[in-house]
Amino acid sequence: MKVKDEIVKGGLCAAALLSVAVLLIVVGYVFVNGIGVISLNFLLESPYRFEYGGIFPQIIGSICLVAVCLIFAVPMGVASAIYLAEYASDNVITRTVRFFVECLAGIPSIVIGLFGLIFLVYYLDLGICMLSGGLALGFMILPWTVRASEEAIKTVPHAYREASLALGVSKWRTIRSVVLKSAYPGIITGILLGMGKAIGETAVVLLTAGSGLESFLPKSIFDPVASLPVYIYMMATQGHTSAAYSRTFGASLVLITMFLVISIFALLLRNRYIRRMGRR
Amino acid sequence: MSKIEVCGLNVYYENGTVHALKEVNLEIETNKITALIGPSGCGKTTFLRALNRMNEVNDVMTKGKVFLDGKDIYNGGEDVIQLRKKVGMVFQQPNPFPMSIYDNVAYGPRIHGTRNKKLDSVVEESLKKAALWDEVHDRLEKNALKFSGGQQQRLCIARALAVNPEVILFDEPCSALDPISTARVEDLLRALKKDYTIVIVTHNMQQAARVSDFTAFFLLGEMIECGRTTQIFEKPKDKRTEDYVTGRFG
Repeated sequence: MKVKDEIVKGGLCAAALLSVAVLLIVVGYVFVNGIGVISLNFLLESPYRFEYGGIFPQIIGSICLVAVCLIFAVPMGVASAIYLAEYASDNVITRTVRFFVECLAGIPSIVIGLFGLIFLVYYLDLGICMLSGGLALGFMILPWTVRASEEAIKTVPHAYREASLALGVSKWRTIRSVVLKSAYPGIITGILLGMGKAIGETAVVLLTAGSGLESFLPKSIFDPVASLPVYIYMMATQGHTSAAYSRTFGASLVLITMFLVISIFALLLRNRYIRRMGRR
Repeated sequence: MSKIEVCGLNVYYENGTVHALKEVNLEIETNKITALIGPSGCGKTTFLRALNRMNEVNDVMTKGKVFLDGKDIYNGGEDVIQLRKKVGMVFQQPNPFPMSIYDNVAYGPRIHGTRNKKLDSVVEESLKKAALWDEVHDRLEKNALKFSGGQQQRLCIARALAVNPEVILFDEPCSALDPISTARVEDLLRALKKDYTIVIVTHNMQQAARVSDFTAFFLLGEMIECGRTTQIFEKPKDKRTEDYVTGRFG
């Protein structure tokens, strides 16, 4: 019996180590292959003749797309979460809304990209541009911001609300002054995780934002915009030289770094939040 | 003179299936302490929360009349915001906001429009009235959650006082406190009745006997008997009251 226990334990431990190893191998592989191309010029120049030059417009483009995405998804998500958590009574309609929000989170991103292409690019005639790409990304992360915000709002103790209401403070003012104030680290964590998803998303921006190789910076939200994931996709599938190969990994390394910075921020914020909430 | 007059109050929970308060009539005297006693589930907290319409936070149906200074608070008498400014509340569990001592006390007056210098003096005065000033005056910026339970409860009293109420409702304010903190809150209640009308729900009969001028005994949603505290405890008229105050049940 004891031997069997040990074997099971060893097997589980190996599985856990393997999971970590996969991550380390992927990151290590990208690092080893990509670090050579990283230089100030690579980060600050525009690409030319397909596989030459740097990825400055791609970095800026990715940041712009995420910004547009957040400008749309954060207010929508937080407002929906406030409604679901504070105003909606628990009935069929609320449960249906919540169910659809959950479903939306599971839709494959290529489908959201396709919807963005048909609805935003063609039907609303926005064209392939930063606005289309950002909004489509917004559709993608909306359910995540709704869910994270709703969870954060729900963990605010009911006693805070009652204390505020009993002082003659209106419900909306109570939500703004007490509930959101206590919930905001949780909401921010949700937004950061959404940002992480959005910045790495390829299919959605491939269909709605631009070709990935744009060598110029967008002048308005109606211009096509480059992005790191699409650039990586183009380099990996269309490039056949060693320059393209190294740029694939160089851009990947930049993307992973941006993602890690966002994730670490999210983690730190969440820990602070848990500590603050756990003090009572 | 009575500050609050309750006439034929009925409260129902769960879409009317649970009848929590049945035809309750009671007068609350100005600048006196009225204690509401009775076993758990007798409706005393529901009654208390009817006085500042806090029952409405949950889905509850209320019928009957509650007069505050002669105006019915349920039927077009007064806006619920104004009502709750006049009728403050302190809860069973100390529930300070996760903010500094200063911000906790300033919370109400700030939202109701008090600013700057005036706010400082409101905070100081409220903390003094709540007998907390001496302990916290040099730590006003510290997070309220770092203080002891008794201090937190007095902070909640200060927070309620800061919006300048006329009536303060206490819902078992000492049930989460140790005996020393409880004694301090009771001293405070006696000091506050000079300026405020106080209603206190308590499951602790000794506490009711120690602090209150009037006592009302609740049982199964009905108000069985009310009167001077000495009379309720020494010469109860109803057999059920006598059984309860002598500890035969409850």
